[in-house]
Amino acid sequence: MNPHKRSLYIRVMTVLVYSFLYLPIFVLIIYSFNASKTNIMFEGVITRFGPVQMEGSNVVQSPCGPFHWFCELAKNREVRNAASNTLSIALISTAFSTTIGTLAALALTRYKFKLKSFSELSLYIPIVIPEIVMGIGILIFFSQVFTLINGVFGLQGDDRLGLGLFTVIVSHIAFSVPFVTLVVRARLQGMDQSFEEAAMDLGANELVTFWRVTLPMLLPGVLSGALMAFTLSLDDFVITFFTNGPGSTTLPIYVFGLLRRIITPQVNALSTIWIMVVLFAVISIQWLQNRDKKN
Amino acid sequence: MLVSPTLVIMIGLLIIPLLLTMIISFGRRDPDGGVIYTFTLANYARLMGYSTNCDTGAATCFDPLYIQILWKSVTLAFQTTFFVIMLAYPLSYFIARSRPERRNMFLMMVLVPLWTNFVIRVYAWMMILRTQGVINGFVGWLAGLLGLPFTPIEMLYTPGAVLVGMVYEFLPFMILPIYTSLEKIDNSLYEAAADLGAHPIHTFLRVTLPLSMPGVVAGTILVFIPVMGTFIVSDLLGGQKVILVGNLIQRQFLDARDPTFGSAASLVLMVMTLIVTYFYTKKFGFGEEIVIG
Repeated sequence: MNPHKRSLYIRVMTVLVYSFLYLPIFVLIIYSFNASKTNIMFEGVITRFGPVQMEGSNVVQSPCGPFHWFCELAKNREVRNAASNTLSIALISTAFSTTIGTLAALALTRYKFKLKSFSELSLYIPIVIPEIVMGIGILIFFSQVFTLINGVFGLQGDDRLGLGLFTVIVSHIAFSVPFVTLVVRARLQGMDQSFEEAAMDLGANELVTFWRVTLPMLLPGVLSGALMAFTLSLDDFVITFFTNGPGSTTLPIYVFGLLRRIITPQVNALSTIWIMVVLFAVISIQWLQNRDKKN
Repeated sequence: MLVSPTLVIMIGLLIIPLLLTMIISFGRRDPDGGVIYTFTLANYARLMGYSTNCDTGAATCFDPLYIQILWKSVTLAFQTTFFVIMLAYPLSYFIARSRPERRNMFLMMVLVPLWTNFVIRVYAWMMILRTQGVINGFVGWLAGLLGLPFTPIEMLYTPGAVLVGMVYEFLPFMILPIYTSLEKIDNSLYEAAADLGAHPIHTFLRVTLPLSMPGVVAGTILVFIPVMGTFIVSDLLGGQKVILVGNLIQRQFLDARDPTFGSAASLVLMVMTLIVTYFYTKKFGFGEEIVIG
């Protein structure tokens, strides 16, 4: 029997579901070349290069030609700020949550301690409660703590503590740690402990064993945990929505704000760039995995 | 101790915030949108339909508004989960049964839409569904070719638009865990079933489906829970017509400024998802694929 045989139903459904998944992606990309400023209908591509010329609400000539909206986007300072916020929040929270989560995974698989079952249980909470519940919980927590501190120290005006980059980063660490821990723990559980025992028998102490044996073997798990934390942070809307303040707007929050006001094809240009970055990342990961397999 | 940073974060940013939410939900709103700490069940009573703001002029009456919102959120979550399973299962099966060297590529094709930001994906559906959008444009063009009359169909800002958006947003979360559990099934089981004369439908019902249940359970948890609490999809695709419990909570914190009522709604939402998850996992077991997928 051919193990790769799939019925007609399965094949037709697969084509349909992939089309469903990609239709919106194509629409986003095509409309980023739209000549129409209102972006309601697709009015064709901008073909002429030169100083910007409008006909009604359509752009007919631009120094960047068809890439008009990408050039407009590049000039947009709000987008640049939001992009840099998004990246710094993702990088910092990934670094912290990967370290913290890996340590917790080690503790949970290798050691027995009080509070162990409590720790394990608490890791599942962010998975089984809706994000909005966690988001408003953190919002309430920070606003209470900040009110208290501002009151006790009599902080006034700009000195007052409030929501901002710090609160966003801390809350991103909070929701990523459980995912990192669970991913790294899965890797640890499948790992052969005899290598570590051999290292110890040969006289390596616990720290050297960890650094030279455990960590290198654990690295793929740690990396996929880090990747997960990074993408969770990049994609997060709900928790950021409740914990961001002045100066900590991320790209998803910025886009959401735009969608409730006027939408120009700039949003599509931004989406197209985002899609290209994701595509590049996915292809690189695929390429790296294939290379690993060949070695 | 290795686990202490995690514990600090879990207690500080998860358990204490949940306790604070609970304390506030028993409080009362002061006129400036602040919180007066007391112990009153007024917010919960209001959620359950107890109203002091009646059209009839009576002092109290039953107002089903919030119960309807809760009910709509639950039914939408069930509908979304159902359609997501129906779409995800065949695709996952296709990937799991394809040649090993191609599986990664097919999976990566699922990841591209998933990693394209959540908000951006909702925006794409706004463009597709609106009255002058992609679907109406295409159907209108076809009708024009055939010389048929055509009036654009209103699709955006309807409950159907919200359902389509939800299914689209959460589909990848079902594909990955179902794939993981299907991929583990040994081919010899299919061979044995075929050798013993089982009809393909019987093989599916008696072999494939039971063995892939852990993936379906994990996927359901990953889809059902976030759908219950999401407010962006209903906000952008449902307009003012579709109000879910997520929208209700968000508005209490940002527009209506009654954090005490918002906290009560948030806790009710949490308890509802926990109850559903509890009975569901009790019946089918907790899906191990939840993280690996």
